[in-house]
Amino acid sequence: MALPSLTGKSLRPARPLWAVCGEKMLELLIRFCGVSAIIFVLAIFFFVFKEAAPVLWSKNFNLTQFLCSPEWYPTSVSNVRYGVLALIVGTACVSGLAVFLAVPFSLGAAVFISEFCGPKLKEVLKIVIELLAAIPSVVWGFIGLTVTSKIVQQMTGAPVGVNILNGGIILALMCVPIIASISEDALKAVPDTYREAALALGATRWQIVYRVLLPAAKNGLLAAVLLGVGRAVGETMAVLMATGHAVNIPHGILDSVRTLTANIAAELGEAPAQSEHYRILFLTGILLFFITFVINVTADFVVRGIRQK
Amino acid sequence: MSDTPAFSITTRDLNLWYAKFQALININVDIKHGIITSLIGPSGCGKTTLLRCFNRINERYTYVTTQGEIKLLGKNIYDPDVSLVELRKSVGMVFQRPNPLPISIYENVVFGIRIHNESRQSTRSDLDAAVEKALTEVGLWKDLKDRLNQRATGLQLEQQQKLCIARLLPLKPEIILMDEPCSALDVEGTRAIEELMFELKGRYTIVIVTHNMAQARRASDECIFMLMGEFIEHSPTAELFVNPKNPKTAEYIEGRYG
Ligand SMILES: Nc1ncnc2c1ncn2[C@@H]1O[C@H](COP(=O)(O)OP(=O)(O)OP(=O)(O)O)[C@@H](O)[C@H]1O
Ligand SMILES: [Mg+2]
Repeated sequence: MALPSLTGKSLRPARPLWAVCGEKMLELLIRFCGVSAIIFVLAIFFFVFKEAAPVLWSKNFNLTQFLCSPEWYPTSVSNVRYGVLALIVGTACVSGLAVFLAVPFSLGAAVFISEFCGPKLKEVLKIVIELLAAIPSVVWGFIGLTVTSKIVQQMTGAPVGVNILNGGIILALMCVPIIASISEDALKAVPDTYREAALALGATRWQIVYRVLLPAAKNGLLAAVLLGVGRAVGETMAVLMATGHAVNIPHGILDSVRTLTANIAAELGEAPAQSEHYRILFLTGILLFFITFVINVTADFVVRGIRQK
Repeated sequence: MSDTPAFSITTRDLNLWYAKFQALININVDIKHGIITSLIGPSGCGKTTLLRCFNRINERYTYVTTQGEIKLLGKNIYDPDVSLVELRKSVGMVFQRPNPLPISIYENVVFGIRIHNESRQSTRSDLDAAVEKALTEVGLWKDLKDRLNQRATGLQLEQQQKLCIARLLPLKPEIILMDEPCSALDVEGTRAIEELMFELKGRYTIVIVTHNMAQARRASDECIFMLMGEFIEHSPTAELFVNPKNPKTAEYIEGRYG
């Protein structure tokens, strides 16, 4: 195979050894980065489970009682009871309310930004939304504690301003930027040819939005909402400060509650390491892990189901 | 002006700018009713731009300015009392890449009916009849009648393009604008679309943009030649290709510009 151009001087020399090795190293490093995500998740799960596990076999512990009893008296001297039902209900109420408030606003914002406003305003709004997303959660909690709680108290006449409504509002404000920016991406990803097709048939802007864009972008929009739900369930600092921190099955949105996350944050520091209380808090962590896992898997299935149709 | 009904589209001193760039310069054309007129010219000469003026869809870009007059069937479409919705209902458009909506075949065909009768819902049997009629007209009914609920975006390109024509028909448009409707199709598809155009001719005024000179020659009754945003020549197709009036047209059809 003596191709003249390959035998002559024009043939480049083999690459030096260090370059070959360097490339191999780089490849290894990238591979490690890829796999590390899995390793970290497994490691975290393993650690949390290891801390919680012993309590599962202790004779004081009863899983039904843990999940179904609203009585949370972890430090009682005479009768220790670990029921997290009130905390589960608290989490569900606050995040449910937050998502309920946030979804219409954020979808509305996303539709406005991607379809209705001019290019200048669009830039401004996108920057503002990014700023909102960057506000630390403790600052939100602070606002919840001092600003919105007062407003809630004045508007509703509730005895305490830090309650489900207040927590829901703060959490909704935190979810809006996330849901809105991801929804806006989803709408932006709808090919412009669909808009032109509908427009050329005489559709109005609203008809384009709800007959073409929302159906075409529904996967992305659903993903956005579920990410918002994930955020709402997992958020800790702000709800700790804004919901009143009372272990209590609520009877209305003006009652104070405590959430799973806030409970862990508030009590773990005071629970003696390796004590039963400490292990129960880790178990609560596993419960949270489980809830978000279920949400994500459902999301995945829903999205896939829609795609197949 | 006495609007001669023979003309479907008349433009007078039409100028159009994309921001600072002038894409159309003093265009005056008279497009006859019920025939196929093709717009030809080298790439970037403003064919698409002119076509997109006729249903005012250019205006979705905020930086477009238009000056002059366009009369459709005797009515200036820039008059303040013209409703864009009604205008686009009577002027259908077929795009370069087939763009059926990502919904079922059935819903694509009735999309126009639905958006124009938002308050008064048509009965199912009316819609069914409209779908059958429109799909039969474009020759898709036999192939698709058993899978009307499938997604339209999964069809072959040729079928998609026919569907894009079919969805215009229930709105009973006067004029159908086509922007290089065959450029995404193979030879067979091109022939099928051209045959369809012949079927539709007479009932609809068809304006087609094409890059393909052979197509203009085969498929159109009259030709408009444009160059650099300017109108150059408008003649019956046979004449324009055999006996061009303008030397620039002659140069183009001899293949001197790309
Ligand atoms: N949306 C737009 N914004 C800015 N300039 C544009 C836009 N659309 C077209 N132009 C410019 O206007 C001129 C005419 O474009 P047009 O698309 O009408 O040409 P055309 O004849 O259809 O070309 P082709 O044969 O390539 O489709 C071109 O120079 C183009 O760059
Ligand atoms: Mg074009």
